Amino acid sequence: MTGTPTVATAPAKPRPRLRLARFRDLALVPAIVVLLVVGAIIDPVFLSKANLVNVLQQQTELSLLVLAEAIILIAGKFDLSLESTIGLAPALALGLVIPSASHGLGTEWPTALAIPLCLLTGAVIGAFNGLLILRFRLSAFIVTLGMLIVLRGLQIGLTGGQNLFDIPPSVLYLGNATWLGLPASIWICAILFAAGILALSFLRAGRAVYAIGGNVDAARAAGIRTDRVVWIVLIIGGLLAALAGLLMTGRLGSVAAAQGQGMIFTVFAAAVIGGVSLDGGKGTLFGALCGVLVLGLINNILTLGGVSAQWIQAIYGAIILAALILARLTSGKAQD
Amino acid sequence: MTAVTAENITKRYGATTALDHAGIALTTGETHALVGRNGAGKSTLVSILTGLQRADTGVVTFDGEPAPPLADRDGWRQRVACVYQKSTIIPTLTVGENLFLNRQQSRRGLIDWRGLRRRAGELLDRYGVAIDPATVAGDLTVEQGQLVEIARALSFGARFIILDEPTARLDAAAIERLFERMRDLRASGVTFLFISHHLQEVYEVCQRVTVFRDARHVLTAPVDELPHDDLVRAMTGDAPVVASAARGHANDGPVVLDVRGLTLADRYEDVSLEVRAGEMVGLIGSGSSGKNALAQTIAGLLRADGGTVTIAGTTPRPGSVPGALDAGLGYLPQDRHREGLVPLLSVGENATMTITKRLGPIGIALPARRREAATTMIDEYDIRTSGPDQPVSGLSGGNAQKVVLARALASDPKALVLVSPTAGVDVRSKQSLLAAVAKAAAAGTGVLIVSDELDDVRDCDRVLVMFHGRIVQAAPKGWDDASLIGAVEGVRAESSHEEGLKE
Ligand SMILES: Nc1ncnc2c1ncn2[C@@H]1O[C@H](COP(=O)(O)OP(=O)(O)OP(=O)(O)O)[C@@H](O)[C@H]1O
Ligand SMILES: [Mg+2]
Repeated sequence: MTGTPTVATAPAKPRPRLRLARFRDLALVPAIVVLLVVGAIIDPVFLSKANLVNVLQQQTELSLLVLAEAIILIAGKFDLSLESTIGLAPALALGLVIPSASHGLGTEWPTALAIPLCLLTGAVIGAFNGLLILRFRLSAFIVTLGMLIVLRGLQIGLTGGQNLFDIPPSVLYLGNATWLGLPASIWICAILFAAGILALSFLRAGRAVYAIGGNVDAARAAGIRTDRVVWIVLIIGGLLAALAGLLMTGRLGSVAAAQGQGMIFTVFAAAVIGGVSLDGGKGTLFGALCGVLVLGLINNILTLGGVSAQWIQAIYGAIILAALILARLTSGKAQD
Repeated sequence: MTAVTAENITKRYGATTALDHAGIALTTGETHALVGRNGAGKSTLVSILTGLQRADTGVVTFDGEPAPPLADRDGWRQRVACVYQKSTIIPTLTVGENLFLNRQQSRRGLIDWRGLRRRAGELLDRYGVAIDPATVAGDLTVEQGQLVEIARALSFGARFIILDEPTARLDAAAIERLFERMRDLRASGVTFLFISHHLQEVYEVCQRVTVFRDARHVLTAPVDELPHDDLVRAMTGDAPVVASAARGHANDGPVVLDVRGLTLADRYEDVSLEVRAGEMVGLIGSGSSGKNALAQTIAGLLRADGGTVTIAGTTPRPGSVPGALDAGLGYLPQDRHREGLVPLLSVGENATMTITKRLGPIGIALPARRREAATTMIDEYDIRTSGPDQPVSGLSGGNAQKVVLARALASDPKALVLVSPTAGVDVRSKQSLLAAVAKAAAAGTGVLIVSDELDDVRDCDRVLVMFHGRIVQAAPKGWDDASLIGAVEGVRAESSHEEGLKE
């Protein structure tokens, strides 16, 4: 190089660094252990199998929403409308199959269609979100906030604001069956989480989700069809929310007009406490699952601890905020 | 035989014509340079040749066949690999995964992570890049990131490789290694399109050169038939040469930047230096010398383990960027994309960000005054843009760079720290940028230029050399290149002449 002499160097030595990243996944495990100990001290009933199974089963619907939201967040998008999908999807599906006497829509399609119709509704909602976000380049935040309101309104309009009680047996089965000694819903969640974890860490398409959330342009340059992947992720999100709706309907034996309302804060809190970044590209499904378990245990301990029903919401919310602060402090990174 | 052609390419962005019936033809096995001033349309051509964007008119062919449709990403990837000017590293993934993104090898349908790490390690070794593949890419330095991109592009096995300003962020040893790899690949028949503002590199590795000016093709010629001055003339047309501002030698002003005994483990140790008002001081060193970490510490981006930084008499809280700025520091960061610009804001807003106080009363920035200030800057720094309202995300790499520098100078800082101020800037703009810096110094700013290019520090009153985290030499004006290069490489100054000249 003549002309402009530049300066030579020896290659920089890699600085040794602790592989903390590897353990970040397990960050919440100690918290779960502490909660188990605290629970056991507060009430001996806490550690009984019946109570623990109960805790898990109550968290199944939340955990499916968190699973959906975590994947969507990792892809760098948002979906606030999940909390309305969990109500509308089963309500619409039931409305189509139950008689008008039970507040159905009068179509009275075969009841066997209830489950497929519900899942289809969820997928369609996800696809529609995707259409608005990807085709029309609208902000995911504002689109899904709008959808949250529209979908809830649709449910109230379709059902006349009534709770639906005439639940088809297939849905009831899902919410109440026991497989190998555990409620079916727990099995379903466990299997879906396992599949999700496997897919996101070992499939090329799963890694593409991370790449898109980390830097869309770079992902596109690497040949990833970014829009298609995000679209599929949003559809999966809607599907999972609809499934959560089925489990909730089956477990409670009815679809309330407000089913799922207010859940989205808890969903985001669980994901963020579990280490999923709202900025995209960061976090794991295992972490998100731990986030769900932490919140579920806290809720259960508050109930067992005899906190009065009027106060439980405020205290639960405050504890979630405290947990967010703790998660921020222990991870040392800004939650963005 | 022609490997790649682009004919009659036109590309418009709104009112801007980035390419105007321009074209290029590459012969199989040649290394072909593409040069032109900032905003001439080089990177736009790259995005069309790699299928990221569709040209408004014109055709691209590979080996005589028309290019695949835009949606066929795999088709494009088989034909062409590219190091883009803008980083395409995904900061949240590991280096290993970045290297094999979207082509991770799988066993029975599942990604084989162990194998991926091993192959990533081999790949990095082959390019002499000492990075652990398990490192998260966001933790890499700018140079390391660039090396990862290069290693990745060369590893695809494509027969046509585009390198868009790969050397702008590399030091000499890394550049030499890159050129060796390029020569090897060329010997095996790989065709290269090489873009750089360092014209000497064009003569070093390329056989032919194409010049673009103002979105048009100007000429294509073998490099032997086009002497350096003719090449510059082809690039610039008849653009006037900017005379550098006459500047008295200043060493009696007050000290505006005082660094005392600064130490940061593993980066630099016990560094002291002073810059006086009106003085220009150069700080050069290789990639591992710690000079960039030192600059970041002065700006408050890093926090030293010990020692003090005093800016114009005040000692800002260590590790606080606002503190350093309030004390009167102007700073041009090395990583413009991450630390420099707000991509969606306009050129005007980005350029005047540091001087909003002067644009109107009580925190209101009057749009008319902002426009006026921005327009002055655009003229003064020769920024090619459709106007102050264009978002900076639409600027060419070198022009974005000028916006950051304009902004750093605009606030009339007492002390100014510039890291590699001319990286990615074309030959002519380099002169006008450095002239603007000299003008600021003549007006009483104390300037510290941190760089690995001697041309950046030619105007300086003194040049300091850093090696392995320490300042090893201070040369007053009148230094000779060879001895400085010797010191930079860690060879003793007296015996270094031969070593240095080889550069
Ligand atoms: N996305 C965009 N939107 C608007 N204008 C753009 C966009 N991309 C490029 N341009 C404009 O097109 C012109 C050519 O830009 P290009 O990036 O090709 O220049 P370049 O030759 O690569 O310059 P440099 O040497 O600075 O990298 C510039 O004037 C730029 O402002
Ligand atoms: Mg460019």
